[in-house]
Amino acid sequence: MLSSVVDSVGLWSTSLTYYIIHAILVASATYWFVKRRDSAKQQSYKLTEKQKDELIAEWEPAPLVPETPLNHPVLHPKLADSKMTKYVSIEGKEYLNMASSNFLGFIGEKRIEEVAKKTIFKYGVGSCGPRGFYGTVDVHLDLEKQLAEFMGCEEAVLYSYGFATVSSAIPAYAKRGDIIFVDKGVNFAIQTGLQASRSRIEWFEHNDMEDLERLLMAQAEKDRKDPKKALTIRRFIVVEGLYANTGDICPLPKIVEFKWKYKARVFIDESWSFGVLGKSGRGITEHYGVDVIDVDMIMASLENAVASTGGFCVGRSYVVGHQRLSGLGYCFSASLPPLLATAASEGIKMIDEEPGRLERLQRLAREAHEKLDKALQGTKFVVRAAEVSPMKHIVCEDEDRGSGESKLDSLVNTLFEKHKVMLTRARYIEKDEKFPIQPSVRFMVQSELTEDELNRAIEALRQVVCTL
Amino acid sequence: MEGGLETELSLLASPAERRTAFRIFHRLPFRLETRKSPSKPLTDELCNEEEHNKTAETADDEKFEADDDDESRNDQRKEEAQINGQLVERTDILECAWHRRQEEADDAELQAALESEEEQERKVALGTGSASASQADLGEKIDIYGNVSKRAPNDFEHISTFTLLSVYFSWMMLLLFAYLREILKRIGIEDDKSNKERSELKDFTPLFSDFESLYQRNCYIRVRDVFERPIASVPGATVDIIDRISYDGNWTYVHPGSKTNVINIGSYNYLGFAQSSGPCANAAAESIDREGVAMCTTVHERGRSVSQHRLEKLVAEFLGVEDAICFSMGFATNSMNAPCLVDKHSLIISDQFNHASLILGCRLSGASTKVFKHNDMKSLEKILRDAIAYGNPKTHRPYKKILIIVEGIYSMEGSICNLPGIIALKKKYKAYLYLDEAHSIGAMGKSGRGVVEYWGCNPKDVDILMGTFTKSFGSSGGYIAGSKHVINHLRVSSPTGYYSSPMSPPIAQQIYTSMSIIMGRDGTTDGANRIERLARNSRYFRLKLKQMGFIVYGSDDSPVVPMITYFPAMCGYYGRQMLARGIAVVVVSFPATDMTEGRVRFCISAAHTKDMLDTILHELDVVGANMNSKFSKRAHLYKDMKIEW
Repeated sequence: MLSSVVDSVGLWSTSLTYYIIHAILVASATYWFVKRRDSAKQQSYKLTEKQKDELIAEWEPAPLVPETPLNHPVLHPKLADSKMTKYVSIEGKEYLNMASSNFLGFIGEKRIEEVAKKTIFKYGVGSCGPRGFYGTVDVHLDLEKQLAEFMGCEEAVLYSYGFATVSSAIPAYAKRGDIIFVDKGVNFAIQTGLQASRSRIEWFEHNDMEDLERLLMAQAEKDRKDPKKALTIRRFIVVEGLYANTGDICPLPKIVEFKWKYKARVFIDESWSFGVLGKSGRGITEHYGVDVIDVDMIMASLENAVASTGGFCVGRSYVVGHQRLSGLGYCFSASLPPLLATAASEGIKMIDEEPGRLERLQRLAREAHEKLDKALQGTKFVVRAAEVSPMKHIVCEDEDRGSGESKLDSLVNTLFEKHKVMLTRARYIEKDEKFPIQPSVRFMVQSELTEDELNRAIEALRQVVCTL
Repeated sequence: MEGGLETELSLLASPAERRTAFRIFHRLPFRLETRKSPSKPLTDELCNEEEHNKTAETADDEKFEADDDDESRNDQRKEEAQINGQLVERTDILECAWHRRQEEADDAELQAALESEEEQERKVALGTGSASASQADLGEKIDIYGNVSKRAPNDFEHISTFTLLSVYFSWMMLLLFAYLREILKRIGIEDDKSNKERSELKDFTPLFSDFESLYQRNCYIRVRDVFERPIASVPGATVDIIDRISYDGNWTYVHPGSKTNVINIGSYNYLGFAQSSGPCANAAAESIDREGVAMCTTVHERGRSVSQHRLEKLVAEFLGVEDAICFSMGFATNSMNAPCLVDKHSLIISDQFNHASLILGCRLSGASTKVFKHNDMKSLEKILRDAIAYGNPKTHRPYKKILIIVEGIYSMEGSICNLPGIIALKKKYKAYLYLDEAHSIGAMGKSGRGVVEYWGCNPKDVDILMGTFTKSFGSSGGYIAGSKHVINHLRVSSPTGYYSSPMSPPIAQQIYTSMSIIMGRDGTTDGANRIERLARNSRYFRLKLKQMGFIVYGSDDSPVVPMITYFPAMCGYYGRQMLARGIAVVVVSFPATDMTEGRVRFCISAAHTKDMLDTILHELDVVGANMNSKFSKRAHLYKDMKIEW
């Protein structure tokens, strides 16, 4: 027994010496290593002030901005000098407007304009502050409540700009280390939000659910291998209800199915589908009959069907309430001018009170699709969009992209000048887009369009297309 | 930083914000000294020289001339020295106490400066100030703020280490109790009233990190009632605040339906254009009849409206530059356009206290970013020199271009940027300058043209003039102005023109009318009167606060007045007490500011009358005395000062 005690003491003392020697070795090695890296850095970088002066004298910066060709079409816009209603006056002449997303014909609506004017005489124009600092006007709270009730959700958060809504909401949740599964066809606002989030982005082919499942499964496989890490990774699926760039709608039921299967939260951008899809304009969830609670968050702008400015996010309070403290565009920006909030609020009331508008819009959208299809048969032009979408993309299937684009341009210009029908090219900054985009012409219908007007526009289109 | 406490912790996840959080280390009672660089930048030497020769300004000038003579053979050198001379002169004016503990000597200096200023003011009041014999110098000009070349310095007074430690202690207590209550909630002793995750989502990865929700549930919630107070009227000099009561610790509010009319010193209504009647409101309402409420298309599709076009022309004329471009949102103006100017081969040098929108813009641009100490020309010059000499450390190539981004008035510090110094440096090192005048446009300068006019600089020396319409113009949106060349590029390449809606016509009209009034186009002196009233109000309010013994940051001419109260608990106290006394103020604390620098911020408006300011000052005096928050050790300097409105 004694020997065992001695032994253990001996062992203890040897191991102590052993540890001390090791500790000293490790410490000096670390010190040497750090020191060496430090000094290497210092040595290779040290310049005297004189040398710096010489380098500074030599340095010639690039110009702040590159030359812009003065004949760029953007620099020579045609100014609209009336309201952007069904007929719009541009430089004194009147055109049939099929280029604006005023789907429900709210622009120029007396009821909305009166409310907006009354708001000016009560609250002034600007709100003079961010939401946190006396920029919350009661009309903001009313609109938020109204939006939440309209969508059947717990809470809505109002932003002062449509673009900022989507690009602030995504980085409020997705952080570095998280994974976002995104459709390749998403609009630029989502792309900006993704970039700001710094999360890992997994792109799946546009509306290709097999591709999405493949990516989800690959991630699930990785998670199985490293379950500890998997616990900290948040997964999101980001799609659009109605894709701005293609006019397609997303297969939501399948996506919700994947949500439960692969434990990924679903965010939908309904900027184009809000007030447009579904029997009563509730958007993509209503269109498919998906329970809105199964979608984690819906983001939408108020700049299309609602014909105001701003945007909002709706969902459960637990989720969207977080943006009141962390949505950059919410916290750091002045709130929405009250007159635009009341205009939006009146518009949303009208969606419910005048259901005829939405019915007409959806009927016209289907009709336009059919008629355009017929009119474009046998030409190189094709309609691309879902049948229910009031926004159609007309693309030119020419082998040569350049000539295709110029044909689209001349289609828009001839219709504008000869037939007094206003369409527009869909404009993108191609160098900033993540994926190449097919050039197209936007053809948008609105509820106030009559059959005759639609027929006239399509007939004119057919005539022009034949000559191209 | 407009967001106040709402800035949110999640921001901390991004390095730019993390940097802000680490600012606390600069304020620790002990100093983590970084190794001093062996090389001394040019300004440094010249500054020291200047300091030694401070006794006689004239002698100094002669010395400079002599220096010039010596180097007259080399023209380039001479030019450089001139720029340097100018720089040193300006740097000295604005020398802030940010990183240097103020000493007794400085106090004396300040006393002298104050006296001379007072003299100056008296002269202005007598109307003889413009041509005093002693100031025959050609560069000397007098405007509503006094002498153009002798602007009020940015003041950052420090408090004692003991007070700092007690601020840390109070934060520690706050967090300790937060953790304690979190435990109580977890074991079910205390009710957890926070919003819950849907039970079906329990096995998903939690949406928020633990600390985030801890801070939100246990710290922010306790003072939630002083933020996001709803209003029910125009945010003018007075405002109707909707009463709300919470019976469950600020989780939910009950609105009894009543309103309280209080003095509003929290809104950014610098020139008092937040009005629900008068020419601006009428013009805005008329424009709805003419052009409607919205465009429903993008600028480059078919949405270029006459009202926006007209506005862009007016903005360019107002600022004295070639062209301007307007956007519907001020935040997006910064965050979407900064990336159009720089790419990954460029360097952005950004001020320490730049607004979140600029930080986001820097991040989205992909350019390398360096941060210089707030308003510190030496720090800026050192970064510029090193950046040009060493190039990009990642690629070992020289930077293609360098963009300096600064603000006119810093919204949380109340300080005015040292524009002449920055312009001199920018010229010397061939960098470009982006000036964000969000808070200063309209509010500064004798005709409202921002800090550029305040400093007597040439607007053409600033490459990008950015500003917002939310504040002085009582509307919404932002602009960028500059040379035709730059604006054309932005029109073609800014994403806002392609993907988002143009300005709503009534919003554009409000700006057009208010800007016309500022320019005197309406045939009255209303605009000029507003600007002068704002200048008088700001100076009066600031000096009075200092006289009472509060620590106030920034320049005496700035309408943004942050009064430092240090302790986190003061936020809730001041917010509630001032409201109870009929005054709506903005309180800010971590994470929008430094951890140790909780503050009350006032935004002076031209709409405030002297009586209103006196009421506010009186109530502040009482509350400040109750709470012992008059920390200033320099009140004696202002004791005998006659502060005239």
